[in-house]
Amino acid sequence: MALLQIAEPGQSPQPHERRLAVGIDLGTTNSLVAALRSGVAEPLPDADGNVIVPSAVRYLADHVEVGRSAKDAVQDDPFNTVVSVKRLMGRGLADVKQLGEQLPYRFVAGESQMPCIETVQGVKSPVEISAEILRVLRLRAEASLGGELVGAVITVPAYFDDAQRQATKDAARIAGLNVLRLLNEPTAAAVAYGLDRQAEGLVAIYDLGGGTFDISILRLTRGVFEVLATGGDSALGGDDFDHAIADWILAQAGVSSDLAPGAQRTLLKIACDTKEALSTTESVALEYGGWRGSLGRAVFEELIESLIARSLKACRRAIRDADIDAQAIGAVVMVGGSTRVPRVRQAVGELFGRQPLTDIDPDKVVAIGAAIQADTLAGNGRDGSELLLLDVIPLSLGLETMGGLMEKIIPRNTTIPVARAQDFTTYKDGQTAMMVHVLQGERELVTDCRSLARFELHGIPPMVAGAAKIRVTFQVDADGLLNVAARELASGIEATIQVKPSYGLTDGEIARMLEESLDKAGADKAMRALRERQVEARRLLEAVAGALQADGERLLDAEERAAIELQISELQQALDGQDGDLLARRTKSLSDITDAFAARRMDASVQAALAGRRLDDIEE
Amino acid sequence: MAITMTPAAAQHVRRSLDARGKGAGIRLGVRTSGCSGMAYVLEFVDDVAGDDKVFENHGVKVIIDPKSLVYLDGTELDFVREGLNEGFKFNNPNSLGECGCGESFNV
Repeated sequence: MALLQIAEPGQSPQPHERRLAVGIDLGTTNSLVAALRSGVAEPLPDADGNVIVPSAVRYLADHVEVGRSAKDAVQDDPFNTVVSVKRLMGRGLADVKQLGEQLPYRFVAGESQMPCIETVQGVKSPVEISAEILRVLRLRAEASLGGELVGAVITVPAYFDDAQRQATKDAARIAGLNVLRLLNEPTAAAVAYGLDRQAEGLVAIYDLGGGTFDISILRLTRGVFEVLATGGDSALGGDDFDHAIADWILAQAGVSSDLAPGAQRTLLKIACDTKEALSTTESVALEYGGWRGSLGRAVFEELIESLIARSLKACRRAIRDADIDAQAIGAVVMVGGSTRVPRVRQAVGELFGRQPLTDIDPDKVVAIGAAIQADTLAGNGRDGSELLLLDVIPLSLGLETMGGLMEKIIPRNTTIPVARAQDFTTYKDGQTAMMVHVLQGERELVTDCRSLARFELHGIPPMVAGAAKIRVTFQVDADGLLNVAARELASGIEATIQVKPSYGLTDGEIARMLEESLDKAGADKAMRALRERQVEARRLLEAVAGALQADGERLLDAEERAAIELQISELQQALDGQDGDLLARRTKSLSDITDAFAARRMDASVQAALAGRRLDDIEE
Repeated sequence: MAITMTPAAAQHVRRSLDARGKGAGIRLGVRTSGCSGMAYVLEFVDDVAGDDKVFENHGVKVIIDPKSLVYLDGTELDFVREGLNEGFKFNNPNSLGECGCGESFNV
C-alpha cells in the first residue's frame, strides 16, 4: 500500500503516477542518496538509520559487499576491496600510474585501456565497481519511496572532464538508473541553499572532505551557474587532521611512531574522535599506552594551521584564476565533514570577509541539492523553481589541426545544450580522407589536452589543397554528452561520432555489463520481494498481537491460543531469515489459523452493538 | 463533521511546512480518478478559499473543501512507517474498498 506525500498546491499526482526521483552524491569516500518528500529534502537512511554508505566495494567469491562492511575489510582483503574508485573513473591505465599513488590493486588493462582491477570475481572496471555502489543506493531509494524511480541526478566534481562524466553515466546505466542530469557538486551545494533563486551573484564552495579538498567559484546569471574557477588539493582532508593529532599523541606519550596496522587504526580512531569532540568542547581528556593527558582546542588549531593554510592558498589561487575580488563573493557554502572544525570556518570566514553558510549538514548538502534538482527535473515543480538550472561545459572542446594544435570549437562555460560548427579544409592536393581528433582542455598543444575520440571522414572528392570545405559540427546535449559530425559540403558525405571517450567503455564492454546487470536484476527483484513479504508479515503479527490482547482471553480456549502462538513464533523465526518463500508460507499459515478467531471477534462486536436494542432502532 | 490528525501526522506536517518556508496548512481532498473511483489529495495550502472548512489539530490547520468533506468526514490523517518507506495514510471510515495501493478508494 502506497503512503502519500504532501504535494505542492494543484500538483497532487494521479494514483500510481507518482514521479519518484532522487539525488545521489557519489563521493570518493562516502556516498548518499536523498529525496524530496512532503516538501522536505533529506538523505534516505537504511534500516539502522545510517544515511552514509562508505564508497567501498568488496568482491567475495559468491557475492558483493558495499559500504561499511566492505570498508572494514580493506586491511584484511586489500586485493578484493576497492575504495576511492572515483579517482579511477574515466582514467586510463597510464593516468593512474601518473597519479603516483600507491594503490594496492592488481591492475590489468581492459579492452579500452581502462585501469581494471583483478578480483576474486574476475576483472572489474572502475565503472562496474561504481555501479555496485549506485545499485545499493537505488535499492534503498526504491524501498524508501515505495516504487520505481523515474531517474536520478548524480553529482560530479566541477573539474570532471567528458571521459569522467561519461564513465559516471555508464555506471548509472549498469546500476539500472536513468540519469536525469549530471550536476556539478558545487552547483548542487548552492542549490541546497536556494542560491539558484537569486537573480545573480558570485558563490564560493569550500569543500573539505575526508581526503580531498576542492574550491569552486561559481557565477550565477539568470539561472545559469558558470564555473569560473576550480582548484584544490587531491591529498588534503580531514584524515590529515587525524594524523596530526595521532602524531601529537605519540610524541606526548613518547611512543615510537612505528606501529602495527592494528595499533595504527586504534590510534587514528582515538584521534578522529578527539577531533570531532573538539568541535563542540574546549578540551578532551586522552589516554594512550599508559600516558594520560588532554588536548585543548588551541593546541589542536596549531596542529592543523598549516593544513588549513594550504586550503586557503588554493582558494586565493582560484579567486585569482576567476579574475574577481574576494570581497565580491556574495555567499560562501561549506561542504564536507571537516568544515565542522570551528577554526576552518573562522579561517574561511576571514579570507572571504563573510560568514560562511553552515546551516545544512555539510556531509549531506550536495545530495540534498541534487535531490531538489531531481524533483524539479522529474516534473514535480515547486513554485518559483520551474526555471531549470542550466549547466555549462567545464572545459573547452575542440579538435586537432595541423601542427599538433588544439582548435577550440566550443569554449568552456558555454551553457548546454549547444551546437557550434566550423569549416575546415584539406591540406594536400587530392586528399580523400580526413582524421578528426576530438579534444578537451584549455591548453594550446594537443599533447596537453585530453583526447576524447578520433574518427575519419572518407570519400572526399579529390581536389586541390584548400578547395574542399568540410564543416565540423560539435553538438552537446543537455547531459553534457558530445556528438561530432564532419560533412564535406560539395559531395554531402558525412561521418559522425557520439564521443566515446578514449578511456570510456567500448560497446562490447557496455553490452557485457548490461547483460550482467540483467542477471543481477533477478537478485534485485528477489530482494525486493523479500522486503515486501517482511513488511506484510510484520503487519499481520502486529494485528494478531493486538487482537489477542483485546479478545484472546474471552474468545479462545487454551489449545487454540497455544496453536496461534506457535504460528506466531514460527513466523517470527522466518522473519529473521532470508527465505522469502518460507516467510510467505508462514504468513499464510498464521493468517489461516487466525481466520476463525477473526470471525468470532466480528460476531462478538456485532452482538455487542445489537445487544439490548430493538430492531427498529437499528434499522433507522 | 470533523477531520483529525494523529500527533505523528501533525509533527510531520509542521516539519514539511517549516522546510517549505510558507503555507497556511495542508489540504485534504478527494477527486474522481484512480482504479477504485476516488483519489486522495494531500497538498500544501497557500490560499484558503471562502467556502473551505478549516480544522485545527495539534496546532496545524487542515483545510478541506465542502465537497470533499462529504467523503472524508471522520477521517483521521496518520503518518506511518512501513520498512524503509514512510508517509501519510488516510484512515477513512467512509471508504468501502481501497484499490490495494491506498491511493484511491470508493464509497
